[in-house]
Amino acid sequence: MPDTAQPPKGTAIEARGLSKYFGDVRAVDGIDLDVPRGMIFGILGPNGAGKTTLLRMLATLLPPDAGSAKVLGFDLKQSPHEIRGSIAMTGQFASLDEDLTGRENLILLARLWGFRGQAAKQRADDLLTAFDLADASAKQVKDYSGGMRRRLDIAASLVVTPGVLFLDEPTTGLDPMARKSVWRMIRSLSEAGVTILLTTQYLEEADQLAARIAVIDHGKKIAEGTSRELKAATGSGFLHLTLVDAAGIAEAERLLEEITGSKAQRSSEGAALSLMVDTPQNANRGLAALIAANIELADFSMGAPSLDEVFFALTGHITESQPSPGEA
Amino acid sequence: MDNETATTSLIYATRPPQPSAVSNALVFGWRAVLKFKHIPEQLFDLVMTPIMFTLLFTFVFGGALSGSTAAYLQYFLPGILVQTVVFNSMYSGMGLSTDLGKGLFDRFRSLPIWSLSPFAGLMVGDILRHLIASLLILFIGVLLGYRPEGGIIGVVEALLLLVVIGFGFGWIFLVLGLVMRTPSTVMTMAFTGIMPLVFASNIMVDPATMPGWLRVFVDVNPVSLMTTAMRGLMAGNVTAAQLGAALIAPILLTVVLAPLTLYLYRRK
Repeated sequence: MPDTAQPPKGTAIEARGLSKYFGDVRAVDGIDLDVPRGMIFGILGPNGAGKTTLLRMLATLLPPDAGSAKVLGFDLKQSPHEIRGSIAMTGQFASLDEDLTGRENLILLARLWGFRGQAAKQRADDLLTAFDLADASAKQVKDYSGGMRRRLDIAASLVVTPGVLFLDEPTTGLDPMARKSVWRMIRSLSEAGVTILLTTQYLEEADQLAARIAVIDHGKKIAEGTSRELKAATGSGFLHLTLVDAAGIAEAERLLEEITGSKAQRSSEGAALSLMVDTPQNANRGLAALIAANIELADFSMGAPSLDEVFFALTGHITESQPSPGEA
Repeated sequence: MDNETATTSLIYATRPPQPSAVSNALVFGWRAVLKFKHIPEQLFDLVMTPIMFTLLFTFVFGGALSGSTAAYLQYFLPGILVQTVVFNSMYSGMGLSTDLGKGLFDRFRSLPIWSLSPFAGLMVGDILRHLIASLLILFIGVLLGYRPEGGIIGVVEALLLLVVIGFGFGWIFLVLGLVMRTPSTVMTMAFTGIMPLVFASNIMVDPATMPGWLRVFVDVNPVSLMTTAMRGLMAGNVTAAQLGAALIAPILLTVVLAPLTLYLYRRK
């Protein structure tokens, strides 16, 4: 019987060349991962990058087509049952029974884990209290708000304290308040020693929560490090500027790219540009060129790159901020 | 209320001894019972159509078909029970499709439980559904004047046969539930497939009046064979041959589709 109280040292997840193909599509294409125990590790990528597929493989829900992985020392292929005994997975869509009450959902899972009678009810009530759901315990889950559902979903993953908790886009579709409350819970779980592997398409979320981040695009890992390392790898600084008249943006882009030698990123609003500059002098020269060309600026600033810009620099395209339910 | 301290303080829950496969299956059975508690409306879905059929056929066509409404009810009721169970066997397939779409089965599959126990729960739900629907329709039949000559024993045996029929046909919809994307597709497929089977049978009318080519089909239609055995059981004069013929389809369906269901489930 695997003990769920894991020692803090060592590797929780170790993946080598993990791959999954759906027909011709390489959903996950040779990913290596090393996640130390007790860490919050973020998998960052846009929709369809392969995040969910990667998580499902590590949670024993999907057999890999190539490569290998160990979770808490157990081999994915040889000991899936042992892995299931020491992990928990919270999928992207609430994995709850909507017709049952919140309390019944938790009792159901507690009984499946082996809690009997009163102990199952006690565990359910403790979790409901801890996740601020005690008032809604007798309500059917279909009447829960998005934030309540998500909290119950995470509570359902903690019926038995897992060694590793997989969270697939834990805050997609939540309002800012609910998102902050889920973040707080994730942090306190991590403080209690649970290793957490979470996927997200929100750069801010990875920045806020994860000690290390792997950036995935088209099934491949394109970068990994702390959020600071990823930002540093992209360049020292970013020049952000907004034009008074959006019509001049193409000309401004051409001039700036000529001077700094880096590619500019246009914002979706149309009048804002940002691009990497290696020195303040270069930024100055760029601004001077714009003034000389009679392109009027509404605003400009120099700053460290945001993770958005890091992602752009790494992949050549910006992340989609709209969550889509069709992510594979 | 301070979430952070509360979450941290309850975090450690060590794993109790692993429960048995039977215990897992019973938990899923409990889930099926809870569903009946929370959605009593589903009983309405289960029995509304068969009750309408019983009333319409008995009072509108009964006299013309059998000489009197009473005589027709005696002929029709065992058949409508078969029809009800065959139609209602699609519910576990729809339920499976719903659970898969919601990701609920992902959670079940990432638990260290007997991997087939969720299916055991679906079966429990099925058996409950078939028994409740059959008893309700039988009750209404008796109110209208139906008399099972086979007595209590005949009725109990007939109910058992209905559960077996439902179990066998249930596999078709579990397979569809695993293959189709939405529960409503499962339902559409179910209606398309079941309608001809049910109407081109001996449930509503004696096949003696049908054209020869149709009778060839009606006589081997599993629904006819099952209905004949049901009539025999309820009347207390069933033959071993009739019972054997009625069991062919449920047994064949189970033997062929149960492994296919498990294969599809494990591959998903």
